[in-house]
Amino acid sequence: MPNLKDLKNRIASVKSTRKITKAMQMVAAAKLRRAQDAAEMARPYAERFNAVMASLAASVGDSDSAPKLLAGTGKDDVHLLVVMTSERGLCGGFNTNIVKLAKQRIEKLKAEGKTIKVLTVGKKGREQLKREYSDLSVGHIDLSDVKKLGYGDAQNIARDVLGRFDAGEFDVATIFYAKFNSVISQDPTAQQIIPAAYDDDAQEGEEASTLYDYEPDEESILADLLPRGVAIQIFTALLENGASEQGARMSAMDNATRNAGEMIDKLTIEYNRSRQAVITNELIEIISGAEAL
Amino acid sequence: MAETMQFDLVSPERKLLSAEVTSVEIPGSDGDMTAMPSHAPTITTLRPGILTVHTNEGAQEFVVTGGFAEIGESLSVLAEKALPRDDVDQATYDTLVEEAQAAYNQTKDAHSNEPGPVDDAAKLLQDMVAVGTHIGLDTRQPAL
Repeated sequence: MPNLKDLKNRIASVKSTRKITKAMQMVAAAKLRRAQDAAEMARPYAERFNAVMASLAASVGDSDSAPKLLAGTGKDDVHLLVVMTSERGLCGGFNTNIVKLAKQRIEKLKAEGKTIKVLTVGKKGREQLKREYSDLSVGHIDLSDVKKLGYGDAQNIARDVLGRFDAGEFDVATIFYAKFNSVISQDPTAQQIIPAAYDDDAQEGEEASTLYDYEPDEESILADLLPRGVAIQIFTALLENGASEQGARMSAMDNATRNAGEMIDKLTIEYNRSRQAVITNELIEIISGAEAL
Repeated sequence: MAETMQFDLVSPERKLLSAEVTSVEIPGSDGDMTAMPSHAPTITTLRPGILTVHTNEGAQEFVVTGGFAEIGESLSVLAEKALPRDDVDQATYDTLVEEAQAAYNQTKDAHSNEPGPVDDAAKLLQDMVAVGTHIGLDTRQPAL
């Protein structure tokens, strides 16, 4: 049986752990709100952009002159997987889930005999993928110095990816990130960004009837917008990921706080029991001592 | 009171303005254009320049660095980066020019044999410098 002093120390240590997890939960809650706001702010731009792209892509998409970013290189031998994870841990299964999805994809592509390249964004994903697939990694983008995620960060990633595409390093690019549903649910998602897949659903109905004039002309607008589209998609994914990370951390820390509370209760009962046992023991000693006289 | 239309100015990070406007002067990459209600549906790309928004209450100016505009029933300008003109001081402006200069240098290194992208970047840089002259800030001649 552990002695009283040990129990007391353990209770104190679990209590301070609870304080830390509680504080982390509250910080995550505040950050989550900010991340959600940022994602909210970015939405109008992305929506409009996708609508315009969908109508542009529909009118230019089938011609032979369609840019490679839209039509693809005509092959799908080399795949680039951009795995976006967080820079910090202690956020439950957030990073593991994204990495798991990426790993499944890697195995599937391997079985099909494709060449795979992996670009990681965020320290945690790199650590997890390094163990098994260190030979596939072609680069890593560090965002640990970034305080507030801006469009510029997404542009830098996009520039990196587009540079590799121009150099003919890959045919298909897919980003992996977690879509934010709610605090308790984040969906790891794979999204193809090159060649761009703009769904035409958006322009079914009314908008399809609008015929736009293009200035300078459709091709050059498309050539101008496609690289931007990659940046936008990465930016949206980064923001979603940011909100998901904070949501995951919040629920993980909430669980941790609750578990610490239960543990404290248990330890306190044990502490009280042993204290009583000690008192009883002492009484017995005193009484038997007195009787012996 | 003049006829109005819905106008939205958005950048990837936030929505800057959403208002009923009478006309908007857009710095299109092929030349400036003014969009008024019932303008023919048009999509144009932007060059760095000043975007002027006229509402019934008065005019507002924004510095935009690029992006595109969609004119339809309503008008949406999706700017790469947009700042209210009054927020653009010398320091902000200098950063913008430096970015354009850096992008130009990079393009020049990457595409040494292709004039196309280099010329585009050079034009972008010159437009950026022209913005400074227009709003009365110190400009350095770009290193081309």
